[in-house]
Amino acid sequence: MLSRIAESLFWIGRYVERADGTARILDVHLERLNHLPMEERKSVAQELLAVMGAKPQSEDFGLPELLHALAYDKTSATSIAGSLGAARENARRARETVSSGLWESLNTTYYGLSQHRKDVVGTYRFCNWTLERTAMVSGLADTTVSHDDSWLFLVLGRSLERADMTARMLSTRDVLSAGMSWVNMLRCAGAYESFLRTRRAAFGDQHAAEFLLLDRLFPRSIVYALRDADECLAKLDPSAQRVGFINDARRIVGQARTFLEFHRTDDLMSELPEHMERVQKAVSQASDAISRKYFNQADELAWVGEVS
Amino acid sequence: MTTSAHFHRQVHGFEPAGGVRVHISGIDVVRDAAGTFRVLEDNVRVPSGVSYVLENRRAMAKGLPEAFGQQLIRPVEEYPRRLLSALRKTAPAGVDDPTVVVLTPGVFNSAYFEHTLLAGLMGVELVEGRDLICRGNRVYMRTTAGEQRVDVIYKRIDDDFLDPLQFRSDSMLGCPGLVNAARAGGVTIANAVGNGVADDKLVYSYVPDLIRYYLSEEPIIANVDTFRLEEKEAREYTLDNLAELVVKPVDGSGGKGLVIGPDASTDELDALRQRIIADPRGWIAQPVLQLSTVPTLGGDKFGPRHVDLRPFAVNDGDDVWVLPGGLTRVALKEGSLIVNSSQGGGSKDTWVLADSPQMPVETVPRQSVTVRERVSVWPVESNWRDRQSEQQQ
Repeated sequence: MLSRIAESLFWIGRYVERADGTARILDVHLERLNHLPMEERKSVAQELLAVMGAKPQSEDFGLPELLHALAYDKTSATSIAGSLGAARENARRARETVSSGLWESLNTTYYGLSQHRKDVVGTYRFCNWTLERTAMVSGLADTTVSHDDSWLFLVLGRSLERADMTARMLSTRDVLSAGMSWVNMLRCAGAYESFLRTRRAAFGDQHAAEFLLLDRLFPRSIVYALRDADECLAKLDPSAQRVGFINDARRIVGQARTFLEFHRTDDLMSELPEHMERVQKAVSQASDAISRKYFNQADELAWVGEVS
Repeated sequence: MTTSAHFHRQVHGFEPAGGVRVHISGIDVVRDAAGTFRVLEDNVRVPSGVSYVLENRRAMAKGLPEAFGQQLIRPVEEYPRRLLSALRKTAPAGVDDPTVVVLTPGVFNSAYFEHTLLAGLMGVELVEGRDLICRGNRVYMRTTAGEQRVDVIYKRIDDDFLDPLQFRSDSMLGCPGLVNAARAGGVTIANAVGNGVADDKLVYSYVPDLIRYYLSEEPIIANVDTFRLEEKEAREYTLDNLAELVVKPVDGSGGKGLVIGPDASTDELDALRQRIIADPRGWIAQPVLQLSTVPTLGGDKFGPRHVDLRPFAVNDGDDVWVLPGGLTRVALKEGSLIVNSSQGGGSKDTWVLADSPQMPVETVPRQSVTVRERVSVWPVESNWRDRQSEQQQ
């Protein structure tokens, strides 16, 4: 398939998952944030923004600014609206490849973006709406697109972004002075019921962290998402050699996953921030490696015409 | 010919594969006040609008199912298959299983929807200039599996932007080397580069003579009477009667630059007069045609609106196939004669009825297409047990 189309599909996967993850994080944190005293609210809002990988644009950064930056800012690739807009733009460029169901759901989502109240209550609804829309997009991608290379690139982007978003979700725990409770962290990932059923009632913080990091069956855990990404990479390039991996992306994803998987779980909690940073770095490096291998922008010809 | 703005010396002496220069044409036809069909203009560069034909039909079939149940309307859905078949047949010699692509200027082009629709319905890649590379007079596209040879390009961008080596050197939409590759027979470009000469409205006025000279036939559909303004008598007549004539630039499209005498102000006519005197080769004049009308819903009631018709024809080198249907363009404003969609025109589904109760069975020449049937399978390991089952054991 065309490299440009593959790139678009990869980014549709990433952006849709980013919108989904951001909506989950925002939804849970909004509840806590709204209870804090004014001054603390501001510092927490700024730290939360930093975890999501953005910088506040002004000194006076409080709750409304946070809502704008993470939910409604159409110009930022960090916000829900920005991500969904970018996903739709990529689908438009690959419109003859994506199914019309997938395109129409992204397009409808894009036009629904501005029909929400932008206050706290409206934002709760906006987050829920976002989760429904992204679930629909993912479902249509899975059921109306052939599971060939085009779908693999989409799932690859989705899996990498999911690992990244879960890592960020876990990093937001330290933002609040009181610490976000693990029950809320699990709710954030939509993992609460699954976790309870797996663990029954007996659990501690350690177990919750393990679940979100290492569970092999829960689809939003980091290990699960990285394994998905690895499988996509393997299917995209099935040539296996006897020694090692020549595919940079596979090496990076595999290292990140096994580092977590084979780590002593007792040490996990104390080293959580470093682990999360490592996962995020691995995702961004893997994304670069995939770009180099499949989207080859590097050797794109630059045609410089004469100036007339 | 040589004074046409679209005359490209770059393709002088060029022999296209299969002898086909015009793969797709969309010639505009109108009916005048006497009910006579006439050719209004030729479109053999990048005729557009066929996506409206396909989409209008889908909408009508859903909205008016009764109408389709009561009469035999010939289907239009065959178009993409016919088009692909013709494009493949005109591939460079020696290519058994040609790869066809549609070349689009990108998402910002007003016809982008049509490009995606045609590429999607033909099942071929929709490429932009930056997806292509020319090397050794061959054309390749960048894919995730490396470079893949391209044999036929259905070009949906203007010649001027196609190849910065030959035409506008500041164009970012094309790909350097395409024209040379086509000249060397490494790739087929449809429609051929340089067809703009045939669209020139001054050349149009000679088409009936060309038919008589080269085919020894009388044209089946007449032209609209056209004044060639380089001829002294015609120019003087036109300048004296500007207010009763339509004056068109020879290389315009989309209704750009056209002046309808009866609707124009004195100032506009004066300005036009100066421009005609300065450049008589650049303009032609025609009598104002009262285009035929069809009933059209405007607001909440029906009224007559002027229309023209663009039938599409596909040429595969052996045969010319005319789509049984076409793009009827309608001027939505009451009394307006401008049907161009870029100037507020609309379109209508257009039916060609089958004569016999038996639907004509048309056999589309089927060609063998290589389908990638092998899929890559990676063994997914599942040699670990989850803790739950471990505990139970």
